[in-house]
Parts: sequence; structure tokens; C-alpha cells
Amino acid sequence: MPSPLSEKQIVDIGKSNKRKYILEKFSARLFLFCALLSVISLLLIIGFVFYKGAHPFIAEGYSFIDFIFGMDWVPSEGKFGIFPMIVASIFATFGALIIGVPIGLFTAIFLAEIAPKTIAKLISPAVQLLAGIPSVLYGVFGLAIIVPFLQNNLGLAKGQSLLAVIIVLAIMMLPTIVTVAETAIRAVPKTYREGSLALGASQIGTIFKVVVPAAKSGIMAAIVLGLGRAIGETMAVILVAGNSLILPTSLTDSVRPLTTNIALEMGYAFGTHQEMLFATGIVLFSFILLLNFVLAKIGSKGGK
Amino acid sequence: MNTTVMGSNKEVRKGKLSQMNDQSADKAKISVNDLDLFYGEKQALYRVSLDIQEKEVTALIGPSGCGKSTFLRTLNRMNDLIDGVKISGEIEIDNENIYQSSDVIKLRTKVGMVFQKPNLFPMSIFDNVAYGPRMQGIKNKKELNKIVEESLRGAAIWDEVKDRLKTSALGLSGGQQQRVCIARAIAMKPAVILMDEPTSALDPISTLKVEELIANMKKDYTIVIVTHNMQQAARISDKTAFFLNGEVIEYDETSNIFSMPKDQRTEDYVTGRFG
Repeated sequence: MPSPLSEKQIVDIGKSNKRKYILEKFSARLFLFCALLSVISLLLIIGFVFYKGAHPFIAEGYSFIDFIFGMDWVPSEGKFGIFPMIVASIFATFGALIIGVPIGLFTAIFLAEIAPKTIAKLISPAVQLLAGIPSVLYGVFGLAIIVPFLQNNLGLAKGQSLLAVIIVLAIMMLPTIVTVAETAIRAVPKTYREGSLALGASQIGTIFKVVVPAAKSGIMAAIVLGLGRAIGETMAVILVAGNSLILPTSLTDSVRPLTTNIALEMGYAFGTHQEMLFATGIVLFSFILLLNFVLAKIGSKGGK
Repeated sequence: MNTTVMGSNKEVRKGKLSQMNDQSADKAKISVNDLDLFYGEKQALYRVSLDIQEKEVTALIGPSGCGKSTFLRTLNRMNDLIDGVKISGEIEIDNENIYQSSDVIKLRTKVGMVFQKPNLFPMSIFDNVAYGPRMQGIKNKKELNKIVEESLRGAAIWDEVKDRLKTSALGLSGGQQQRVCIARAIAMKPAVILMDEPTSALDPISTLKVEELIANMKKDYTIVIVTHNMQQAARISDKTAFFLNGEVIEYDETSNIFSMPKDQRTEDYVTGRFG
């Protein structure tokens, strides 16, 4: 039975508890600091990019409208128009969506609903591994395989083109779309499937009429995340885009999306030229922010 | 193979089969013969044989895990969805062996099912009830309207939902949802309706409404219902089968099962001595 504690023991407990409390407080602070680190980084990056990027429009009298809608990018002559790049980025991203979304979605459906466990166990890691491949390797693959293929089969002078970018980005967004959509589809309650099958619906009918609509918000999130991946991708795109500064009019045109513009020129740019590259970054960043906003909207809808 | 589990009934059936042109009124709608079912290595049903009569309510009772739900789900082949299920024996519905035909869709349009928990889809009430008919290719709006109204009336829920057919079905109360589930099953005009503890998730008043509904539906449908609630079985069913550890211990008129069970185990169960 518990014997009464001696005074010394009580003092000891007080001491060790004090240390525990200090440790507790310290770790809480440490965790808070770690948590804030990403917020601080975000704010610093935004602040820096906006500060540098806004400078030419505020202090040097450049027109923002001309920047966005200008057709010519000739830094040596002080012409900074990024409209062709915006168009290239948008075309490349949505082109990749048109190819990547159906393939990704069907893969997700196959993995979650149709595939026998053994096959799913084979395909699922393969798709996830696709996400782990460094993007420069996608670029190298595109340059070595896709570009020559397009060159030879479409009779192009140069295989580096919008189409090559679209194909590479479509492959790159697959793992994001597949993984997120598969999770969403798997989260649909089994009772929905049973209910539908018990009514004499076929498996495919059940998938498209009940399961996919029920997983709609998750699937939309998958698409938006894939989109984010595509619009921000730089390294792979540089290698296959061709990087010409023209407004793309066909799939076989050589293009320069926003990201590659920054990556290609930042190394040697200075002064206004450098600031204009930051301004390009602002435009890119705005696209991503917009996407995140859309994603948050979808997420809150899904929670209802 | 013909070890008789519940001898008398089965011999009656054999007699019937031998004189097929005798179209007597109580010819079995569903006839199960020596049904064994395995989940992988584990056997869940042992030589189940019973005949279910047309336009009657047949209750399946027994303690949890006794195989009654498993048995129910063999009747519309919902067990096919589970990996590693093996089945031997025969199940005939209208003299057709349902495990020989590969047309599961046809079977499930003929044998409807209502689940333990209401499982309406996240769409409008109308779309829920019209789901089955639409899947069968019915697109005509008038026809769908007619089917939906008839089905909801058939499930005694039309008056409660007729003004909100286009609103989400998930906004209804649990009891209402379950009756819409029944309407959804009725919309397929099935011959048989299977119910897997349809009232176990409902409050007493909703339970009462569903029970009344089942009693009314009897005139049009053959109903097989799994229930944990023995009073419910006694109230609504014509025949009752008592399952224990995957076997049918006793199958008889409900009144006999509850008032003079032949088997000691049945008596113990219905009098509440175990289970």
C-alpha cells in the first residue's frame, strides 16, 4: 500500500516535474517555429518576387498592360511582352489536361474498382514511382524519344514543339491525378456500389453513374493538382519546348512557356530585364494562386 | 448427396417436382438445395435447403454470424462481390438455377434488395427511384414519372416526398430513406425482395411503418427478410427459418416456430435463453 512520501521525495518530484514543464514549453515553441517556417518562407518569396517584379511598372514607367499583352520579348531593346508565353503556358497545360485527365481517371477507376488485387499491386507502385522520377529525366526522355518521333512522323523541321510539351506534361501529371482520384474513388462507401448492383446495374454503369459522381469533388481536386503540376513544370519543358518567342498557332509550333522564360534568362539577366523576369514570375504565381483558390472551393464543397 | 436437413419439407418438394403438372398454389418460388458456402477456407453455410413460397414473408432469424445474411445474399448473388467465395448446391428461382446462368443483371432486376442501412445515392429522390429503370434503358420521361410515383406510393412514402422529389434524398430522415430504398427496389418490379435487417437502424415508429409496408407488400412480392428482432419475425412473417452456425436448424410456419418449436435450440433461442 502507498507509503506517505518523504519531504525529500516530494522536492525531487517537484524538480523533475519542473524540468518536464520546461521541456514541454520548449518543444511546443520549437514545433511552432517549424510550423511558421513555411509560412515565413512563403511570405518572403512572395514579398521578394512582388517587390522585384513590380519595380519596373511602378518606378520605371513600363505599362503592365503592354507587359501582359505585348507580343515581343526583346530585352536588349527594352521590349518586354509576355503574351506568347502566357498563351503557350495555357495551351500546354490544358493540352496536357485533355490527354492526362482521361488516362489518369481511367487508370484510377481501373485500380480502385476493376483490377484484381494482384494487378493493382503491380500498377499502383509503378504509377507512384512515376512521381518520383526527377523532372529533368522526363525532359531527357522527351528529347530522346518524343521529339525525334514527332520530327519523323509529322515531318517537322524541329520536333521540339507544343505537342511535345503537352505529351511530356500529360505523363508527368498522371501520378498526381491517379493517386488522388484513386483515393477519392476508394472512399466512396461500399453501400453505394451494393445498392446500385443490387438494382441490376452493371459494374461499369455503377462506376459511372454512382461511384464517380460520388467521388466528384476528390476527382476535381486531382485534376486541379495535376494542373498545378503542369503549369509550374520547368525543367522537362525547357528540353522539349523549343523555346521560340512566337505566339503558338499550331501544335507543332516551338513554344516558350512562362516557366522556361524565367529559367532560361535569369542566369545572365540584370537590371530591368531581371525585374521583368520576376514580373513573369508574378504572372505564373497568380495562375497557381488562382488554381489553389479553385481547389479550396472544391474542397469546401466536397465537405458538405 | 440428399441428406435431408429438414426432412419433411424437402420430401414435400420432391413430391411436387415429380408431378410437375400439378400447379398447386404453394409451389416454391425459391428453392434451395444443399447449399454450401465458403469464404476462402471458412465454411459459412452448411447444406442449407429450404423452399420459399411465393407471396409470403419468410423471416430468417438467428444469432449474429449464423449465416442468415450470407444466405440472403446468395439469393441475388451479392456474395459474388466478395473475393474467395465458393458456393456449391443449387438455388432455383422460378425453376431456374441462378448460379448456372451468368446473367447476374437479369437476376438482380428480378430479385431486389433492401439493405441494413438506408443506402440512397447522393442524388435527388426522383433520380434514386428512377435509377434502376434508367439503367434498364427507360428514358421516356412520362414513363419514368409514372414508375417513380407508383413506386413511392407502393412504399407508402409518396405523400411525404411528392413536393420535394428534386431535392437530395440524403436530406430525408432515416426511416423515410429506408422507405425510399424500398421504393427504389419496387421500381424494378421485382418478383422477390430481399431485406437485410431493414429496420435495425430505425427508430420504433419508423420500424412500425416499414413493418406495415412489408405486410402490405406481401400481396405483390415474395419477401425474404433477415431480422434480429424476434418480435418482428413473429409479427410480419408467414414462415420462419432459424439459422445457427451456418445451418438451418428449423424451418416452419412462424406460429409453430414461436409457439411449439421442435428443436431444443430453436426453443432456447426464441425464448431468449441465448443469442
